[in-house]
Amino acid sequence: MALNSKIPTGPLDAKWTTYKSTCKLVNPANKRHLEIIVVGTGLAGASAAASLGEMGYKVKAFCFQDSPRRAHSIAAQGGINAAKNYQNDGDSTYRLFYDTVKGGDYRSREGNVYRLAEVSANIIDQCVAQGVPFAREYGGLLSNRSFGGVQVQRTFYAAGQTGQQLLIGAYQALERQVALGNVTMYSRHEMLEVVKIDGKARGIIARDLVSGELERHFGHAVLLCTGGYGNVFYLSTNAMGSNVTAAWKAHKAGANFGNPCFTQIHPTCIPVSGDHQSKLTLMSESLRNDGRIWVPKKQGDTRKAIDIPEEERDYYLERRYPAFGNLVPRDVASRAAKERCDAGYGVGSSKMAVFLDFASAIERYGKVEANKQGTPDLDKASIIALGKEVVKAKYGNLFDMYAKITGENPYEVPMRIYPAVHYTMGGLWVDYELMTTVPNLYALGEANFSDHGANRLGASALMQGLADGYFVIPYTLGNNLADDIRTKSIPTDHPEFVAAEKAVRDRIERMMNIKGKESVESFHKRLGKIMWEKCGMARNEKGLKEAITEIQALRKEFWANVRIPGEINEYNPELDKAGRVADFLELGELMCMDALNRNESCGGHFREESQTEEGEAKRNDDEFMYVAAWEYKGDSNFELHKEPLEYEVVHPTQRSYK
Amino acid sequence: MQHYNMNLTLKVWRQRNNKMKGHFETFQVKDISSEMSFLEMFDVLNEQLVADGKDPIAFDHDCREGICGMCSMYINGRAHGPWEQTTTCQLHMREYKDGDTIVVEPWRADSFPVIRDLVVDRTGFDRIIAAGGYVSVNTGNAQDANSLPIEKQKADEAFAAASCIGCGACVAACPNTSAMLFVSAKVSHLALLPQGDPERKNRAVDMVKQMDTEGFGSCTNIGACEAECPKGISLENIARLNREYVSAVFSGSAEG
Repeated sequence: MALNSKIPTGPLDAKWTTYKSTCKLVNPANKRHLEIIVVGTGLAGASAAASLGEMGYKVKAFCFQDSPRRAHSIAAQGGINAAKNYQNDGDSTYRLFYDTVKGGDYRSREGNVYRLAEVSANIIDQCVAQGVPFAREYGGLLSNRSFGGVQVQRTFYAAGQTGQQLLIGAYQALERQVALGNVTMYSRHEMLEVVKIDGKARGIIARDLVSGELERHFGHAVLLCTGGYGNVFYLSTNAMGSNVTAAWKAHKAGANFGNPCFTQIHPTCIPVSGDHQSKLTLMSESLRNDGRIWVPKKQGDTRKAIDIPEEERDYYLERRYPAFGNLVPRDVASRAAKERCDAGYGVGSSKMAVFLDFASAIERYGKVEANKQGTPDLDKASIIALGKEVVKAKYGNLFDMYAKITGENPYEVPMRIYPAVHYTMGGLWVDYELMTTVPNLYALGEANFSDHGANRLGASALMQGLADGYFVIPYTLGNNLADDIRTKSIPTDHPEFVAAEKAVRDRIERMMNIKGKESVESFHKRLGKIMWEKCGMARNEKGLKEAITEIQALRKEFWANVRIPGEINEYNPELDKAGRVADFLELGELMCMDALNRNESCGGHFREESQTEEGEAKRNDDEFMYVAAWEYKGDSNFELHKEPLEYEVVHPTQRSYK
Repeated sequence: MQHYNMNLTLKVWRQRNNKMKGHFETFQVKDISSEMSFLEMFDVLNEQLVADGKDPIAFDHDCREGICGMCSMYINGRAHGPWEQTTTCQLHMREYKDGDTIVVEPWRADSFPVIRDLVVDRTGFDRIIAAGGYVSVNTGNAQDANSLPIEKQKADEAFAAASCIGCGACVAACPNTSAMLFVSAKVSHLALLPQGDPERKNRAVDMVKQMDTEGFGSCTNIGACEAECPKGISLENIARLNREYVSAVFSGSAEG
């Protein structure tokens, strides 16, 4: 299989403009006869469904939650990047493009990333027009902040709830199309199969999660906007329901999976408190602007943070990376925390945590406040009280969330944090038009592998999801469907629909009939443990090979011993979850194979065999400057295809933050 | 913070589907850690039920960080339980002591029919938004974002209203099962912004009309909605909705 990325020829900054001016169009009368299926209603799905509905396509949108507004995009905290240069600090489309390519450790496509940077400004315009209440300055104009060590202020935000506000904007646009009859919404529905007719995706089999019934839905094209697969690790910052099922079914139907091992582990999350833990909660990266990260200098120190004097603290990021300090990129900060904890310096009851300390920020802000108020000689207690007010105004909602979860007051004692799985850069391989290797099957947002390379920068996920849905797919879909205007709707009694439905039904029945002894949850936890220990923050050949064998054995055990209560034809969340875990048990193996194949360290993928003398990640551009696109060939059988990455404008260099 | 374990008695509403009658069922759970979230305690109970060959309790949940609005338990007579401005998923077990009895029910409202156990159908909220909770602007219509300055205080107020998570606690808490806090939060969000201005009259009238069609009750200014709202949505929004509605109807530009 030859991979054609379909990047338009010509200079980088003209590619998208040229594409838009020359792509084929579908006239409004024909659009009314073209049916589009959109699976998932997060930022990518809701924005795509709304935009395509507005254009006149007949859209059917699906989500497994009770409402499209619940998709996990809603939980994004920090912000959304856009090259507006409102702050006059030197930002431009080129700089956003450059930062993203570099941040991704030179494992993304130049053409895609440039387009992303190009449409970023339109996203902000569109969202503001919809009434998204971004933060503003007193002059009434939009406010920006800096993020993730970038040198410009290009992040737009709405307190610590940017994802919520953007998703509500897209959701409202979607509901408007529902009211107009252009979009039909199917909530509490899960896609369980792609239906292919004559080699093209022409529909899906979905299960109504309330009645348990299977449904056949035809579409001239199918768009998967189903998010990432971080929950393969069991514990992650993803929502409980986030899963790989739709993408995995697409993969098994012929869509290649791109860079599955590229996972982002976020450095600042609330640590695991015990075996009961069901998910992990992020503390926004913005906290690293003011918080200092440290561990005791003495191994196994059990003193309280406040009893450890300054000279006995190791501010290890400031020590190792003096130039960037606490603001090193996510992958570097995560590995450094793991290194300290593994070496026995961790804190808290589990010893798998480090401190994120606001004491010096509180004192610093307090002094500034005291000066502002004309009382520089204030006593220390009063200065600290003033400083706490400033910190509260900046991070109040995050501090409250931390206090609710841990029962500790982060204004008084340092937060305890540890890295957690947060985002997956890998996903379905797509070309420039966002089409997978199955014709008429598209993947948008986190579900595709496209724009973030081996490491995503903060505030870029929201940008990519909305870019794909609002501004890319409306053009690229038409370019393809222009050739499909004579294709009539295919009745769902077509043999391919019948066969696909039967395959889904057989699988569900097989799973229900196992009637074993172990719960779905238990299998998921065991898989997560293997993945975290052997395909997590650091990976090596021995561990990955073990993991592959262990996952194969666990999968076998699942299919022999899982216990699913209840019936098929009723509301049965255990059955829904069983199907998702079964897919994770296949994906996990592919992730380990990909990690094993990529014998270099890049971005979030750290191979212990490939590091510098100081223990930093060492890339190997000669051998690995490619996208690994895996083709499904059967159980435990995947064929690797390589899409070489060519850098015409940016010159890859080794990243350094020292 | 001192951690401890506890044994609890749970009385939970069980209802197989919306056609069958429901009832309370009593369960004992042991060795619950004070560090668990309320939903993690339910995870423990459900694992126990699966091990015993029984049906686990169905409940809605997803993000477990207080923002998706999916979780929806009525705990000891209060929507989302005893903590102020906290969703069920963020309530933690250190609230409870060894030996406590906890009663858990679904949202109770005719407009939120039970699907199973603690899971209810809240699609009425989506239909209310579809009736007018948006700005009619197609993708690509927008002009430069900074061409429209908006007073910071107005923007902040609009944000506060827009932070509603659509969980339905306001309806569950209200003796009349009114959805006025939910509707008013959306009407306020958009009425406070210039982008929402062209459609403000029809929006208020159409959303209220849909709310009535869905069978939500009337508002009699009790204030339970505000007290139980996990996001602190203010009653002032209801006052604003009333003004918007009256002004729309009496100006004659929208039908009441």
